[in-house]
Amino acid sequence: MSQSSNTDSRIQPPPRTAGRRLSSFFGSHKRLSLTVLLAAPLAWLILIYIIALLLLLVTAFWSTDSFTGQVVQDWTLSNFQAVFTEALYRAVTVRTLLIAVSVTVIDVLIALPVGYFMSKVAGPRLRGALVVAFLMPLWAAYLVKAYAWRTIVSPHGLLDSIGASPGLGIAATIITMSYIWLPYVVMPVYTGFERIPNSLIEAAGDLGAKGWKTFTAVIIPLVWPSVIAGSIFSFSLTLGDYIAVQIVGGSQQLLGTLIYSNVGTGGNMPLAAATAFIPIAVILIYLTAVRRTGALKNL
Amino acid sequence: MTETAATAISLRGVERRFGDVAAVDGVDLDITEGEFFSMLGPSGSGKTTVLRLIAGFDEPTAGTIELSGKPVQRLASYDRDVNTVFQDYALFPHLNVIENVEFGLRIRKVSKSRRRQLAREALDRMRLGAFERRRPSELSGGQRQRVALARAIVVDPKVLLLDEPLGALDKKLREQMQVELKDLQRNLGITFVFVTHDQEEALTLSDRIAVFSDGKIQQVDTPENLYRAPATEFVASFVGTSNLFDEEHSQRLLGLNGMYTIRPENLRVSSAGDEHAGRLTGTVRNRMFIGANHRTIIDVDDIEVSVLEPADSPSRSLGEQVSLDFNESDVRRLRADEQSAAHVALD
Repeated sequence: MSQSSNTDSRIQPPPRTAGRRLSSFFGSHKRLSLTVLLAAPLAWLILIYIIALLLLLVTAFWSTDSFTGQVVQDWTLSNFQAVFTEALYRAVTVRTLLIAVSVTVIDVLIALPVGYFMSKVAGPRLRGALVVAFLMPLWAAYLVKAYAWRTIVSPHGLLDSIGASPGLGIAATIITMSYIWLPYVVMPVYTGFERIPNSLIEAAGDLGAKGWKTFTAVIIPLVWPSVIAGSIFSFSLTLGDYIAVQIVGGSQQLLGTLIYSNVGTGGNMPLAAATAFIPIAVILIYLTAVRRTGALKNL
Repeated sequence: MTETAATAISLRGVERRFGDVAAVDGVDLDITEGEFFSMLGPSGSGKTTVLRLIAGFDEPTAGTIELSGKPVQRLASYDRDVNTVFQDYALFPHLNVIENVEFGLRIRKVSKSRRRQLAREALDRMRLGAFERRRPSELSGGQRQRVALARAIVVDPKVLLLDEPLGALDKKLREQMQVELKDLQRNLGITFVFVTHDQEEALTLSDRIAVFSDGKIQQVDTPENLYRAPATEFVASFVGTSNLFDEEHSQRLLGLNGMYTIRPENLRVSSAGDEHAGRLTGTVRNRMFIGANHRTIIDVDDIEVSVLEPADSPSRSLGEQVSLDFNESDVRRLRADEQSAAHVALD
């Protein structure tokens, strides 16, 4: 009697339910469980991204009927010919690149001191407040931010009241986009500074390096991959933007607006598709160039 | 260390407060040129803060710090003739081994060929000649440690500050590095200021030791004196093992006024009925074999006393009545601990 009550009171292993059996099946078939786990996101990626890109590429080789405006599925290189030879496309590409580079340089120049201050100078409270302050614009609607800048930079706008209005145009576009994409640069740069141990900065000083020398010889090389990571955002986002420039850019065209007008008012999908390959190519070149810095591991 | 040796570092009334907390609370200290000086204490005792104040990574809230007679407490670290070996080594990850070692020479605008030569000499001294092209991430902990040492000594500082440099190494490597550090200090002849929480390490390496507790220095002395004649209760219990007798037990058991300590190896045990019966009697509670010795724990009155007996001493059974004897000269009187002002106020 006492013996049986002894066995009864022992804690039993958990019952083997169907769910547990399934779990242990996947537990002992790691590769299979990985496949099942990744199947859905991979299918999504292939469908939405790769196939869409391929369709775009195919479309770029078609043309439109000049009378009906319908897409004609004949293979032709004329769209690419137009994009690569017409002066308009060259001018717009150069202008877009100029703006994207300017925006990136401005954002990096702001992000470096700000990120340094946030991670190495500010106390925990101020740091938290600054992180929120720099993230806050991300929670506001894009159009609101663009129109807000329009009221600031436009003639008769806020800046005009102190006689410093740049007017609508390239300068206004650069200012607006620098503002809109700034959080995407500040955040990786800030985390980059966070990852530099204070002892490295102290060690540089200990070995005789003054502030500026420490900055150029130790801090900049270590934070550089993060700077590049941030620049990928500001550069690629500016390259593809077509809304802000319509609001603050005056009559200036960018690659984005060119594609947009070819799709919309122009009704020329094949030409728009061919144009879209300019920013895609530029971004691919940029990514290849920065891959060596290790920046892609810092995203 | 002779009487005429000059003072390398001198601290007077140094204090570092963080808000209401005094991490360092009125420290006076003189470190002689060429000595291997250790700052020993548990974590939070203020020893690392003192090291950082000497290095110039932090400023004292009060007091003066002099290096070779010149006040430096307001100078930045790059204007002080001391170098530091960091606890985490702080090697620059984007530079290889020889570039790390050359860093300080590059700042000092030493010519390229001279710089290479000096860096190679320093690396050879650390037996790292074969590793000069490696990145710090490709080295073991012990190798990084030696790169950090090479980088600090290559600029020929007057004082080398070492912040728990052996803390991250395993026991065997640590013991090997202790020997190397001692040799290095002897060969270079420069002042070493060594921070550690490991009392054995401090005793092994140092010419003199300052024992820190609660932001204050409890005692500064040679390892022998520190062990043989601890000044305060804290030092007695932190450095080696001690049997402490508070005022009540000193009065009752030893017939002495004040607080006293006896080291376990200075107590002799004999069977209770023995004609050489000692001054104390007690009951054996535990006995552990620890290699060269037995550690016997004996209940005397209401306190436990630890005794170190030779390995060949007669076996003792638990519960056995024994008597304990000792030489008068091995009973040391202790002062009350140095306590920080904040602590006293709390009491």
